[in-house]
Amino acid sequence: MTIPWLTLAIALPAVGALVVALIPRERAELAKRVALACTLVVLAVVGAMALNFDPSGPRFQFTEVHPWIARFGVHYAVGVDGIALTLIGLSALLVPLVVLAAWKEQEDAEDRGKGYFALILVLEAMMIGVFAATDVFLFYVFFEAMLIPVYFMIGRYGRGGERRRASMKFLLYSLLGGLLMLVAVIGVYAYSAQAGNGTFLWADLVGAEGLLAGVDTTAARWLFLGFFVAFAIKAPMWPVHTWLPAAAGSSRPGTAVLLVGVLDKVGTYGMLRYCLELFPGAAAWFVWPVVVLSLVSIIYGAVVAIGQTDMLRLIAYTSVSHFGFITLGIFAMTSQGQSGAALYMVNHGFSTGALFLIAGFLITRNNGSAVIADYGGVQKVAPVLAGTFLVAGLSSLALPGLSPFVSEFLVFVGTFTVLPVPAVVATVGVVLAALYILWMYQRMMTGPVREKLAGMADLSGREVWAVAPLIAVIILFGVYPQPLLDVINPAVEQTMQQIDVSDPAPVLGVDQAGGQEGAGE
Amino acid sequence: MTPTLAADVHAVTTAADGGALSFAWLLIAFPLAGAAILLLGGRRANAWGHWLAIAAALASFAWAVLGLVDLLGRAPEGRSVAVEVYRWIEVGGFRADVSLLVDPLSITFALLITGVGSLIHVYSVGYMSHDENRRKFFAYLNLFVAAMLVLVLADNYLLLFLGWEGVGLASYLLIGFWQHKPSAAVAAKKAFLINRVGDIGLLIAIMLMFTTFGTVAFTPLFESVGGAGQGVMTAIGLLLLLGACGKSAQLPLQAWLLDAMEGPTPVSALIHAATMVTAGVYLIVRSGPVFEAAPTAQLVVTVVGAATLLAGAAIGCAKDDIKKALAGSTMSQIGYMVLAAGLGPIGYAAAIAHLVTHGFFKAGLFLGAGSVMHGMNDEVDMRRYGGLRKAMPITFATFGAGYLAIIGVPFLSGWWTKEGIIQAAFDSGGVTGQILGWATLLGAGLTAFYMSRIMFMTFFGKKRWADDAHPHESPSSMTVPMIVLAVGSVALGAVLVFNYTLAGFLAPVVGAPHHEFDLAHMVTSPYSLIALAFMLVGVAFAWVRYARADVPVEAPKGNFVTVAAREELYGNALNEGLFMRPGQVVTAASTAFDNHAVDGLVNGVARWIRTGSENLRLVQTGFARSYALTMLFGAAVVVATTLGVTFA
Repeated sequence: MTIPWLTLAIALPAVGALVVALIPRERAELAKRVALACTLVVLAVVGAMALNFDPSGPRFQFTEVHPWIARFGVHYAVGVDGIALTLIGLSALLVPLVVLAAWKEQEDAEDRGKGYFALILVLEAMMIGVFAATDVFLFYVFFEAMLIPVYFMIGRYGRGGERRRASMKFLLYSLLGGLLMLVAVIGVYAYSAQAGNGTFLWADLVGAEGLLAGVDTTAARWLFLGFFVAFAIKAPMWPVHTWLPAAAGSSRPGTAVLLVGVLDKVGTYGMLRYCLELFPGAAAWFVWPVVVLSLVSIIYGAVVAIGQTDMLRLIAYTSVSHFGFITLGIFAMTSQGQSGAALYMVNHGFSTGALFLIAGFLITRNNGSAVIADYGGVQKVAPVLAGTFLVAGLSSLALPGLSPFVSEFLVFVGTFTVLPVPAVVATVGVVLAALYILWMYQRMMTGPVREKLAGMADLSGREVWAVAPLIAVIILFGVYPQPLLDVINPAVEQTMQQIDVSDPAPVLGVDQAGGQEGAGE
Repeated sequence: MTPTLAADVHAVTTAADGGALSFAWLLIAFPLAGAAILLLGGRRANAWGHWLAIAAALASFAWAVLGLVDLLGRAPEGRSVAVEVYRWIEVGGFRADVSLLVDPLSITFALLITGVGSLIHVYSVGYMSHDENRRKFFAYLNLFVAAMLVLVLADNYLLLFLGWEGVGLASYLLIGFWQHKPSAAVAAKKAFLINRVGDIGLLIAIMLMFTTFGTVAFTPLFESVGGAGQGVMTAIGLLLLLGACGKSAQLPLQAWLLDAMEGPTPVSALIHAATMVTAGVYLIVRSGPVFEAAPTAQLVVTVVGAATLLAGAAIGCAKDDIKKALAGSTMSQIGYMVLAAGLGPIGYAAAIAHLVTHGFFKAGLFLGAGSVMHGMNDEVDMRRYGGLRKAMPITFATFGAGYLAIIGVPFLSGWWTKEGIIQAAFDSGGVTGQILGWATLLGAGLTAFYMSRIMFMTFFGKKRWADDAHPHESPSSMTVPMIVLAVGSVALGAVLVFNYTLAGFLAPVVGAPHHEFDLAHMVTSPYSLIALAFMLVGVAFAWVRYARADVPVEAPKGNFVTVAAREELYGNALNEGLFMRPGQVVTAASTAFDNHAVDGLVNGVARWIRTGSENLRLVQTGFARSYALTMLFGAAVVVATTLGVTFA
């Protein structure tokens, strides 16, 4: 019997959440340990699954399909391609680190943080589910249900007086996107029914032979928009981004890691998997508007990041800029652009995750202040903390040798081959990134030590364990990204076949031996 | 399954014979491992860290020597050896590997980097002995050496770019090494930012090269430049030049270099004089086939070189800070090299030869300046020096050797290599050649003036020391490297240029020298004599003003030329006016816009919804509930619609 890897990876944290919730609050310490153990088991399961993934095999692996609401063609259908697999891997890696980093953050919460850790586990189950779903309806359910744990993680366990407002804003935005997507999801079913077989199964819907092939142009564009707006809000793209800085600024850094590091990726992942493949014609029609919005996001996000006075908000705005790169890469419709975008989603999780975690360590050391001006000279008293922050920052500005460079470069080169002017415009973001990161570092870490920080402790062992794995993967996949690319490339190739686009040939055909697709030869 | 990139390129052989070159990646691995051990080792490594770093640099140097011996053992046309390490990035038709190209050009650089690098490692043991972060300093030096070796050994533009930004990182870390000083932190950031502007040029060039040629690896790319249009080649050339300008502090991206002197002096010697700042020259020479297909870009290269040559010299004439005066000189000397590199094959060997000798004498001058500072309580104002030759005889002698070399005293290193550039400029012909040639001659005169000014103000004349200054000679760990560099400053030029030894060695990569070596012509050519005359005038002028006359401790106001040069020709003011202040306005406006317009609109909608509710509290806690209701409603819509569709 084959192991139902994905169901296992979804069920484990869900069960873990239940167990954690049932542990009495006097034993909160035990609850945390159970939560950590559970996330580590999930990481092990996902790791074992990844080792069993065959990049040269079929696109979707570990598939399970069970009828759920047979009457409406709803299935519990899961399976992963290389893109989904890497994102699930990212989630499984980040969650234990977040648990570790948040260990002492909720000491004074009413339930001593027990509920917070249970919510993290609930969220993990849903994050894995949303990437694993291969049924549009199941995807929608996970997509929407994810909001609930996050709402409480910000509104109840967040920080600062604005947190209720921020969580409400998050919900409002998501609600709007979710409703639009709901309409589109229903539309998808309606058209599949019209084509003779009402279903939500992704595999039956896509492709030239798929059930959606006959949708007329206008309808396809509207359906595309329904999905796209929901995903653009989630990602978030300019101009529907303002919930993110508010939410991140009011989040515990651990929440922000999961929110920006993983949840937002559902938006860009959804664009790649649903917008493009369900409606290839409409997607091609929308290339220019999306490219323009991406460029605005890249530059506007970076400029506004420079203007921030709060480090959590600053990091959130840098993500607006980074998501611009991801959408640019996706809609460039080249293999480098899309592989770069898929890899960018993972790398951005590493680098932004590390930044948020270290920001959290700083905040707990400085009376809960995230205001940049409240810091100064930290490198003198806490060199390891400052050093890891610098590495995370350098990865965020895509320094070569660190993993985000590989993805950002691929997005650039993949975009340039078809859309040279937008690619050149986007390079402005590269300079601005250096400015927002290094200026933040300069203001917080260099110069004379501020008086009240004089006794600041450097990273503790627990904190080092929370952030060192991220630094390690950032360096590892910076110098040796090919294992990830070997997993992602086949999925991108198949996506491109599905939507019937191909890379342009070089202007001069240089015979580049061995330069063809890496896998499956 | 994947044949090598270079297999079908006859000029490049693959190192599969198990010789030193097959392990050329060790060159990079030694210092990289050194950096990693020092950084991860923490305080435990404090006691021995610097020795490990020196060992790593020396091991790398030894391997470079082995590599040179291996290359010399091959026929000249077989001296380009590809060393594959591993597949780095491959997506679709794009591929960039971690593969090295060991050839006469890259091994020359590797020797310079590891040789001068090792000496400066040794010097730093003494110089940084009182610094509590000495271990980190050595880690960063090792990191720099590793990144610089990646830059010059890469066999493709993307890996070169990794080294390119890697040295930028090392430079950032070392300029800002004393981070507790706000000025150092600002200077470090400024250097990184201006370099990033240049790096964008390189980045876009890489994209354009891939789009045009389908590859970013040197050998296949250079073989197909002939097929590309003039416009594309010019664009690529200018973009590469932009990158070179950033790294090599050429106009208009020069403003960071003087501020970079905030870093410890060994850093200024190694990174901001001898090696990293010459990376732009390497890039242009390495990309020779690209530039030769783009004459317009070449012309711009020579113009940038000539302009920077003069601008840097002017700045060098006016600065009272010894390190900044030397930094102006570095700009100017690299201007020479860039100019020569822009001339094409007749200038490449001259550019590289000058780059190597400059690496020696300028590193020696900086180490000498560091030695003076070491003995003078870190004073950098030359108006506070004077008469130091007796107090610091070894420093005086070694600095003096570098001084005589750089101003071009016949038969010392600088003379050989600068003559080569002057000659090449005039040989390039036409009005352009004349203009460029006279710029190099004028530069020679200015060089003699500003270097004599430094020399006289520091070592001659009356003592103008601060009251607590007790100058003393530096320890031998510092003086020995200075002596070695001084020997290079005196003799290396003759070794490299006589009989065109270096040019002949580089010929397979950059093309053969355009005429026979002729010492008599070199000594007696009119340009050589004019250069000599200009030099003497420069020295004499400095003698009158800074040796015979007393040097005031307070700088005189000076005329508008002096003031402009002191202000670095208003480069900073220009950057501030053009970029920084408008940038601040845009940032403030965008941030306000985001808070009020975009977010305000959304909040307005939220408020509108809230007004409809009975009271605030209910809404805030009730939203999740109402959301759940909405989901229920949504599900109901799904069910109803699907039912409708099914039974329709």
